[in-house]
Amino acid sequence: MITIDSLSKKYRSTTVVDDISFVAPAGRVTGFLGPNGAGKSTSMRMMVGLTAPTSGSATISGRRFADLPNPGVEVGVMLDASAQHRGRTGREILTIAQQMMGLHSRRVAEMLELVSLTETEANRRVGNYSLGMRQRLGIATALIGDPAVLILDEPANGLDPAGIRWMRDLLRDYADRGGTVLLSSHLLREIEVIADDIVMIGNGRIVSQGSKTELLQAAGTVVRAADMHALRRALDASGVETTVPGDGTLRTDADSTRVGRVALEAGVALTELRTADGGLEDMFLELTADTQRERKVA
Amino acid sequence: MTAFTIEPVREQRAEVRHVPLSRVVNVELRKMFDTRTGFWLMSSIVITGLLTMVATIAFAPDADLTYYTFAKAIGFPMTVVLPMIAILSITGEWSQRSGLTTFTLVPHRSRIIRAKAISSVAVGVAAMLFAFVIGAIGNLVGTAIAGITPVWDVSFAEGANIVLGSLLCLLTGTMLGMLIRSSAGALVAYFVYALLLPTVAGILASSQEWFRDLQPWVDLNYAQAALFNGSLTGEQWANLAVTAATWLVLPAVVGLRLVMKSEVK
Repeated sequence: MITIDSLSKKYRSTTVVDDISFVAPAGRVTGFLGPNGAGKSTSMRMMVGLTAPTSGSATISGRRFADLPNPGVEVGVMLDASAQHRGRTGREILTIAQQMMGLHSRRVAEMLELVSLTETEANRRVGNYSLGMRQRLGIATALIGDPAVLILDEPANGLDPAGIRWMRDLLRDYADRGGTVLLSSHLLREIEVIADDIVMIGNGRIVSQGSKTELLQAAGTVVRAADMHALRRALDASGVETTVPGDGTLRTDADSTRVGRVALEAGVALTELRTADGGLEDMFLELTADTQRERKVA
Repeated sequence: MTAFTIEPVREQRAEVRHVPLSRVVNVELRKMFDTRTGFWLMSSIVITGLLTMVATIAFAPDADLTYYTFAKAIGFPMTVVLPMIAILSITGEWSQRSGLTTFTLVPHRSRIIRAKAISSVAVGVAAMLFAFVIGAIGNLVGTAIAGITPVWDVSFAEGANIVLGSLLCLLTGTMLGMLIRSSAGALVAYFVYALLLPTVAGILASSQEWFRDLQPWVDLNYAQAALFNGSLTGEQWANLAVTAATWLVLPAVVGLRLVMKSEVK
């Protein structure tokens, strides 16, 4: 479990991380979402003791990172897959980690197999690796100590679709076995497919947090029926406010259970009933609007 | 799909033991050899040692064919290479950005620096012992070829002084590495420090009277050079202590503070 309590970081007059608090519980994948420059990396660096916080604290299973006797076997960290000595081979980088943590040497081969790096690839110097291979090596380094907590900064960066699928399965399985996973991304879709919980950050502040289902629910419900007039009447009568987006559906803030029940009672056959998408996306776009270079077309 | 065969993840381990300093030292020692640069720097100690031995046998006049000549000749290239090894050991963490991993596996930078200093000194001592052995072989072979009796004119104390002098050179590298934390910058600074400054100081001393008397107290290179020329007087030891405190210890303390505070990007 990772507990972040009122964590802040100021560099002179600029506040990079502004009083953030959240918990990444065990057994779940927590997605740390935000546009570039929102303070994700700085927050993660503070969690692992690379950057000293201006105020607040970050603890892992109740202890500060610097107080962990052998951090590598308790927390797997990957902050930047490219931050490795270019002249070392992938195998050598894993061996250094294995020796520093005092693990059995067979862990190196096990990890190489886990992340699907071949013998030949493992013996090549990291300077010649593609970003995807570096990400795999970074994941291997994070997992080699068999830690209970994973902190990964943009782990899906540079992976191809198959690689992202692989990463998702790996982290899913890891969390299902009781592990804590905190991963960051600036891509909403990536977080949506991997994370159980989402913490959204913008300009150093948390703008939204909760389980993925909750956050998606907050976007409202989309409903469609063969007889749209009857549906609308029934919903109006039950006090469910609706809007007409103009694509032949009705949209409401009420959750899908309520809408379904109203329709059933009124005897209206539904042809579509689902959570509206885009709620999270709208919020995310709004957040990024200030920092985006692209101007809105409309 | 993924063959994930590890046991269920535990929230907290029953007993996690501290990473002992000896393990950190071993890993740091390994990291000095495991890159191409590191490998060739280490190899260059052996190669230049052997080349200097051969050159001394070939070119030194018979009268100079003593153990001291060999030890000094072979030790010289080492005083150039050893600081480079010490510098790269530290600056690599920043220039190659591997510090991101190193400082999260051991979240106490002073421990890493201590381990790096210890492993650098170990390499330095090993290199000097190698120089003495090669020097002895060179002395035996060289005098046998020249048909003269070998002269063993380096006492144990003088030998220890030579080792100390070389280690001071090496630690200068450690200090510059901490202070500058960039491979290129620190290497340049070292060459300015070790090659340019002595020349400037020499010119200054020969032209300016006031500097001549002051030099032993302000010039570390000058004070250090005495270590390679036999035994030192009490005043020379005092010179060495004062200049080393000013140019080595003080900047090293500042450097350590910078290492502790600086961001590893």
